[in-house]
Amino acid sequence: MTRKKKTLSFERELVIVGGGPAGMAAALSAYENGVRDILLLERDQYLGGILNQCVHTGFGLSYFKEVLTGPEYAGRFIRQIGNVPKIEVSLKSFVVCLTAEKKLTYIKPGELQEVKARALIMATGCREKTREMVHIAGTRPAGVFSAGLAQKLINIEGLLPGKSAVIVGSGDIGLIMARRLVLEGAQVKAVIEIRKESRGLVRNVVQCVEDFDIPLYFSHKISRISGRDRVEKVLVSRVDDASREIPGSQFEISCDTVLISVGLIPENELIEMAGVALNRETNSPVSEQVNRTSVPGLFVCGNAYKVYDLADSVTRDSELAGRMAAEYLSAG
Amino acid sequence: MIIKHLTCIECPKGCGLSVDIENCKVVKVQGQRCPKGEKYAVAEVENPVRIMTSAVLTRGLDIKMLPVRTNSPIPKSRIQEAMREIKRIRVERPVRTGEIIVKNFLGLGVDLVAARDVKKGDGSIF
Ligand code: SF4
Repeated sequence: MTRKKKTLSFERELVIVGGGPAGMAAALSAYENGVRDILLLERDQYLGGILNQCVHTGFGLSYFKEVLTGPEYAGRFIRQIGNVPKIEVSLKSFVVCLTAEKKLTYIKPGELQEVKARALIMATGCREKTREMVHIAGTRPAGVFSAGLAQKLINIEGLLPGKSAVIVGSGDIGLIMARRLVLEGAQVKAVIEIRKESRGLVRNVVQCVEDFDIPLYFSHKISRISGRDRVEKVLVSRVDDASREIPGSQFEISCDTVLISVGLIPENELIEMAGVALNRETNSPVSEQVNRTSVPGLFVCGNAYKVYDLADSVTRDSELAGRMAAEYLSAG
Repeated sequence: MIIKHLTCIECPKGCGLSVDIENCKVVKVQGQRCPKGEKYAVAEVENPVRIMTSAVLTRGLDIKMLPVRTNSPIPKSRIQEAMREIKRIRVERPVRTGEIIVKNFLGLGVDLVAARDVKKGDGSIF
């Protein structure tokens, strides 16, 4: 009696991991450059990635010469992908293992799948730095969110994370969430930035913070978060040029929510598993040319390669990745 | 004459604009790297406008929140009112991106449109 096989294994020309702006652009460009067997794996139940929760405008000005919201920008690529039967989209597909031979294991509801890719493009995006990475002292009450999680709660799930918020860091998502919270009827008490200037785009400082008279403190940090079950207040300090707290400069702000927006890091655990060399500082692949890695035929594009300011730039560089993968396949 | 300093938000370059204003009218704009900067400065001084975006609740559809936008900018002073109106809206039929959700929104001569395709479904995440 033969043992029943638990996994199905098969080989594909090109596998792309991640169905956000990077993965979609890479898939379409690989197709345009001649690849005819493409599997696009997306862990969510929709294509579009983080764009689906970015309901604000600011997308597409460079690529489409139009002002679009995130979902509109994503939608244009989702529609194009739908018109190309050679791009097989597999949703709810979560990659759990990757080897140096470009063999992937992924789970789908009810299935464990294996696939070997002749060429592989990782378009896994980035994730937010957390409270732990900026070392804020104090208790650990409920009410501390990354800005992107708060954005998902409001824009996808229709839940308001709190009534009065302080935002730590002036990254673009934090600035955008400042405005979003105010529009949703919450109060935003302050945006606290340790640097002397904003990390985000100036236009976001203007249209998200100044437009709503939200106090923005540069050269300040949150020294402590207090609260028993829920956040009750934060302690804010001014810092000197070496980011040290200036004694006597402390003041308190009462709030029930703290959003953290202190930057993004590429999400590259899978390629690390496959032995790709990563830069420890940035979590980006060590590489001589955009999208390339130390493993031949394994490309990384979009925010997984490096954190971009604009989705439009992600699209452009990911199209290049699609072309590079096509060239690799036709050479091999 | 007063000189006002603004940051153009029409594109990510964020040019710093210096605007000469006389009797609430813009007479001169400097610092823009393209003509949109001047248009922005005039609007910002004389009648500031923004494209409004948000998300509205759905019922019986495959996503819980439908992203929406105004198809043209609306006066900044009407944004809070626009939000109150948006909170009252429920979308119960499938729509395509760009389809009108509210025509002549707040009587402003602009439409509130869907920013994503939404199909029938139960709105659950899994
Ligand atoms: S003036 Fe032109 S280039 Fe400068 S921010 Fe405005 S739109 Fe961009």
